[in-house]
Amino acid sequence: MAMATAAVASVRLATTNALPRATQRSRDNEACSALNSAFFKNSIPSSSRSSRKNLKTLNDGSRKGICVRVKASTSDMVKEKALPADGQLISRHEGLDLYEDMILGRAFEDMCAQMYYRGKMFGFVHLYNGQEAVSTGFIKGLKKADYVCSTYRDHVHALSKGVPARQVMSELFGKATGCCRGQGGSMHMFSKEHNVLGGFAFIGEGIPVATGAAFTTKYRREVLKDDSADEVTIAFFGDGTCNNGQFFECLNMAALWKLPIVFVVENNLWAIGMSHYRATSVPEIWKKGPAFGMPGIHVDGMDVLKVREVAKEAIARARRGDGPTLVECETYRFRGHSLADPDELRKPAEKAHYAARDPIAALKNYLLENRLATEKELSAIEETINELIEDAVEFAEASPLPPHSQLLENVFADPKGFGIGPDGRYRCEGPGFTAGTAQV
Amino acid sequence: MLPESSLVLGLSFEVKTETGSTATAQQGHELLLFEALREGLEEEMERDPTVCVIGEDVGHYGGSYKVTKGMAEKFGDLRLLDTPIAENSFTGMAIGAAMTGLRPIVEGMNMGFLLLAFNQIANNCGMLHYTSGGQFTIPIVIRGPGGVGKQLGAEHSQRLESYFQSVPGLQMVACSTPYNAKGLMKAAIRSENPVILFEHVLLYNLKERIPDEEYVLCLEEAELVRPGQDITILTYSRMRHHVLQAVKTLVSKGYDPEVIDIRSLKPFDLFAIGNSVKKTHKVLIVEECMRTGGIGASLRAAIMENFFDELDAPIGCLSSQDVPTPYAGPLEDLTVVQPPQIVFAVEQLCKH
Repeated sequence: MAMATAAVASVRLATTNALPRATQRSRDNEACSALNSAFFKNSIPSSSRSSRKNLKTLNDGSRKGICVRVKASTSDMVKEKALPADGQLISRHEGLDLYEDMILGRAFEDMCAQMYYRGKMFGFVHLYNGQEAVSTGFIKGLKKADYVCSTYRDHVHALSKGVPARQVMSELFGKATGCCRGQGGSMHMFSKEHNVLGGFAFIGEGIPVATGAAFTTKYRREVLKDDSADEVTIAFFGDGTCNNGQFFECLNMAALWKLPIVFVVENNLWAIGMSHYRATSVPEIWKKGPAFGMPGIHVDGMDVLKVREVAKEAIARARRGDGPTLVECETYRFRGHSLADPDELRKPAEKAHYAARDPIAALKNYLLENRLATEKELSAIEETINELIEDAVEFAEASPLPPHSQLLENVFADPKGFGIGPDGRYRCEGPGFTAGTAQV
Repeated sequence: MLPESSLVLGLSFEVKTETGSTATAQQGHELLLFEALREGLEEEMERDPTVCVIGEDVGHYGGSYKVTKGMAEKFGDLRLLDTPIAENSFTGMAIGAAMTGLRPIVEGMNMGFLLLAFNQIANNCGMLHYTSGGQFTIPIVIRGPGGVGKQLGAEHSQRLESYFQSVPGLQMVACSTPYNAKGLMKAAIRSENPVILFEHVLLYNLKERIPDEEYVLCLEEAELVRPGQDITILTYSRMRHHVLQAVKTLVSKGYDPEVIDIRSLKPFDLFAIGNSVKKTHKVLIVEECMRTGGIGASLRAAIMENFFDELDAPIGCLSSQDVPTPYAGPLEDLTVVQPPQIVFAVEQLCKH
């Protein structure tokens, strides 16, 4: 199946951490021009090879001439990886695990859309449909103690990391049983238990926070002499963020201090209505990694097996102390930027092209064609997930809204921060505080 | 961005606090304010290995105002982390580190540079504990020298307390003497809340005798500097010393002002302030913040709201002019409140 061979042939992985030398630059330029004349290969499921013909006629909004065959720009940092002896990239158990996680993400987001239009959740809700391969491919390769840091498109990252669907749905409904007690909402998913560090409304904001979590791991190892500290942090963010200062500043610091972090770019080509090509002088984001001294990898983000291979290597690299990696995942969101986005700018041909590369359909085909699962088993998984989502909605519906007394509770970790009132008592000790009626 | 700490002469007289430091001439030890900050910092770093300092030139250079001098040799490069010039990102990095178990102290080489970190300070530092539903704490200290120096130019003469005071979830304190500098530093580090500690460029060379025994001050309390009957003067940071200069003149003219160093810029210690207002019935605020939207503006509102019936006169407020601090000496002096203005204001208010 095209997917299996493509997954290996088109993924070249970093195996060393040598910093690029000055002489690399001329080779990089050659590599760039070679890339610019290439076009899509291999990773497109065979059913839509015909749509390749249309690629050259797609306008600015599409990926023009950028090769999907992965190539990092510093050639001595990557090597072809051999296919395993039995020709299988994945075991049955692993395959089903991935499938279930992606189905969970898709079903959850579809339910969010329904609930939003029924007036159960409000504000800005950004759905992840289409990008599931990135979340599943990376986060399923992490341990519970590893950290994930996301953006406003964070529901599925939280779910993949293990935050129960009930807690996420409740949070979206604004209920007290939400993972953030209803205080965060769609764009601020946090979980201390599952090490989800957010959930940020402004793009780029989460990258320094992720860098800090990676710094803590290094500090614990080297200052606190805790050899068991090997947590890896993954920072997820989009193409629009890659033109933001915080992105570059953190690439620099992470490489400088060899922090155990993976920077994952979910390049879905659009920042609301701004095409990546209209916003970026050098659209190949992966190229920016080597400029800061780390490998830059480009992978087909619609193919969970490819993402998984890259993720395994990048996470292992971080965990053994070799430093950060920048991974650009070519992906696509099937829905608008948010539920409020009419999504009028993207061309139907582009949407159709990526719809044909639906990561869930692709994995399903792979599992079936390689006899790793049956239709019945996959349907059973879908059924289970649907029940889980229904249960999450029921739970969220039945949960209470936060009481007034909750208003002031988490403004400060130490509520003495509200200060001393005119009567000499700390304000947090007064009755108005616990009733949520104090004016502080 | 190159403050030359050796050129900033600062105020070199000794601090004579009537209350505050309890060290007598025999006990305690004398040091300068920047050394007091360092002492507090070192004690906390020895006490808790998760305490670390993050900032520009804090390590090998020892801090542009020598607050961390010698510490990198003692504690290592990772605990005194020299960062690239990327305030927003390294402040965010400190926040991420705080969320995951460390207790970082972010040093802004000049407080003004932290304007670049406003995104992280307002959005993450102040808000993350709340938006995470209380799951993550951010026990971070953000500190650095601010205020109007000696002809440092507009951008190096800023007072960020007015910008940060509205951010919910932050505490702000300002030190003004070696004694309260060390005590507030230690308290800020031990606090589970994010605390901004405002130091002043011109106060680093203040000398005072402080106790040998360990002490930690309360972040939320104000400091009664001089008890009095006629008027309550509320002040903080460098203006405390201008007020004390004015007090000498006032006392010779027969006035008896009560001077309170509010220390806690957010939240205000309304107990100490209220008790004073109830005694004197007149208030003068003397601050270095700009007139518009400064600490004085908030303090005036808080006093009016809580103690209106106690007042015999409108609340006076002397603030800096709403002018980008000029380089020329005489102009710079005009933007900042000077002792004769304080004397005049007290005389006017006491006529009520």
